[in-house]
Amino acid sequence: MIRDIFKRNKDKKEATIPSKASKDMPEGLMTKCPECKHISLTKDLQADHKVCSKCDYHFKLTAHERIASLMDEGSFTSMDDHLKSENPLGFPGYTEKIQQDSKKTGLNEAVLTGTGKLSGREVVVAVMDSHFRMGSMGSVVGEKITRAIEAATEKKLPFIIFTASGGARMQEGVLSLMQMAKTSVALKRHSNEGLLFVSVLTHPTTGGVSASFASVGDINIAEPKALIGFAGRRVIEQTVREKLPEDFQTSEFLLAHGQLDAVVHRAKMRETLTSIVRLHTKEAVQHG
Amino acid sequence: MAKTAPKAMTFEEPLFELRKKIDELKEYTATADVDLSSEIKSLEERLAKLESDIYENMKPWDRVQVARHPNRPTTLDYISILFEDFIELHGDRSYGDDEAIVGGIASFHGQPVTVIGHQRGKDTKENIRRNFGMPHPEGYRKALRLMKQAEKFNRPIVCLIDTKGAYPGKAAEERGQSEAIARNLVEMAGLEVPVISIVIGEGGSGGALALGVGNHILMLENSTFSVISPEGAASILWKDSALAQTAAEAMKITAPDLLKMKIIERVIPEVRGGAHHDCNKQAAYIGDAIKQSFDELGGLSGQELIDQRYAKFKSIGIFSE
Repeated sequence: MIRDIFKRNKDKKEATIPSKASKDMPEGLMTKCPECKHISLTKDLQADHKVCSKCDYHFKLTAHERIASLMDEGSFTSMDDHLKSENPLGFPGYTEKIQQDSKKTGLNEAVLTGTGKLSGREVVVAVMDSHFRMGSMGSVVGEKITRAIEAATEKKLPFIIFTASGGARMQEGVLSLMQMAKTSVALKRHSNEGLLFVSVLTHPTTGGVSASFASVGDINIAEPKALIGFAGRRVIEQTVREKLPEDFQTSEFLLAHGQLDAVVHRAKMRETLTSIVRLHTKEAVQHG
Repeated sequence: MAKTAPKAMTFEEPLFELRKKIDELKEYTATADVDLSSEIKSLEERLAKLESDIYENMKPWDRVQVARHPNRPTTLDYISILFEDFIELHGDRSYGDDEAIVGGIASFHGQPVTVIGHQRGKDTKENIRRNFGMPHPEGYRKALRLMKQAEKFNRPIVCLIDTKGAYPGKAAEERGQSEAIARNLVEMAGLEVPVISIVIGEGGSGGALALGVGNHILMLENSTFSVISPEGAASILWKDSALAQTAAEAMKITAPDLLKMKIIERVIPEVRGGAHHDCNKQAAYIGDAIKQSFDELGGLSGQELIDQRYAKFKSIGIFSE
């Protein structure tokens, strides 16, 4: 925490960047990498899929940016944009917070789902957006993901999810928890049809999302240096009373511990997913 | 701890005080030559009234305290009363045996079943061995192994849920706590035998849900099922864990709350004041509930059981279209 204060001060002293809003939402002409402080032209950064050219830091993507970087141009059709969150436990201010984030992100909730083409092949995708309530999962997020999986099952299509979430959404209580089970029953049905499910874990994927669909892809891949884990680092440090390794709960740490199939650089993501999907098509199976 | 008389929980304190007073008077009449029977009688009447006032109007936080009571019966307590010929089966076949989850085969009214549950300790020593009922990945993997085994032999499964949550530790993360829980959720969805999950104490988050994808979820009247502990919710939402009592109300974590949200099928009544007052009687209530669920699910085929589970979980959630 103390380190964060210094970081912020430093940022202010070097405020050469016009209209800099937050570290992860590059605005203005130049953008500074929060990791190595390298300053690059925002348009160059955009062209590099928002990856720092010097240190490979992966900036957070919005759901729409992810779709743009992945799917064939103009092929994506979103679904269930009309679903709206309620305030089932009557938390003060919850509805307003949802509305604010909805305005900010242009999404109805913390996940964007739909069908589209990946290098010419139709797939169903779900992209979580951590700019919306930390990507947390409440009833609508659970329902949208479930419906997307159901659509994939019905159309016999691969399902690809990009996770980015702090976990279950506190303000919807146990209903949020149950979305873990809801998405799981849908995934089981999809899997029973012999269909492909690829989970791409991006920064951050923790808590209830990590402990449900994110971890049970036929293939689990992650972007470099993403934070991925079940429990929070501080909680663990308090329980085990020992210092955790620097790379604890990073993609690389998970790979080393056998929890991931691969760590894939964002620049290679489209290509990698294309290959994975192609290798699971009938043609690939027949022509070996 | 297990041997001592039940400790008073805050909401019960008036009862304990009154009982103490009555006992004192009784003792006094036994030694001194005065007749206080009418006073004692009126106090006892007051006690009875107070008991029903308190126990029939329990607040969420009161229930949290009952659910956490150190003498509250655990999975193994119920197993020994509810089932015959229980044989505990150990280990996940990959890493180790997590004693925070117990499981095995047994007979329920002559019907072979698999029973699995979180297991808290009764004292500090046992709690250390059982990690306070907070499982590591190998615990969930053992549970899944036993569920798959049950499916092979067409045995119904009873899961008893009683945990603060999956253990948040370094080793747990390294061995894939997330994957272990997630795998159970997906695989339980596909089981071709009846699965009944019963929350007997605390149902803490994903660590509880990993035994919870049942055809029926039942909850003991004073058990809780939540996405986060009231203390955790209070510290996240209001940055003050002292507001746990308020959070317990706000988060809607009690059995009646979950019944209203249509997450659970039934609430299993508890012995007045909490299950710890009479474990045998409580076990009988649970036995009745298991029997009822078995009867309701008994006629369904493997595929119908999967479909029923699908429909059940698909319908959970509150939103508008």
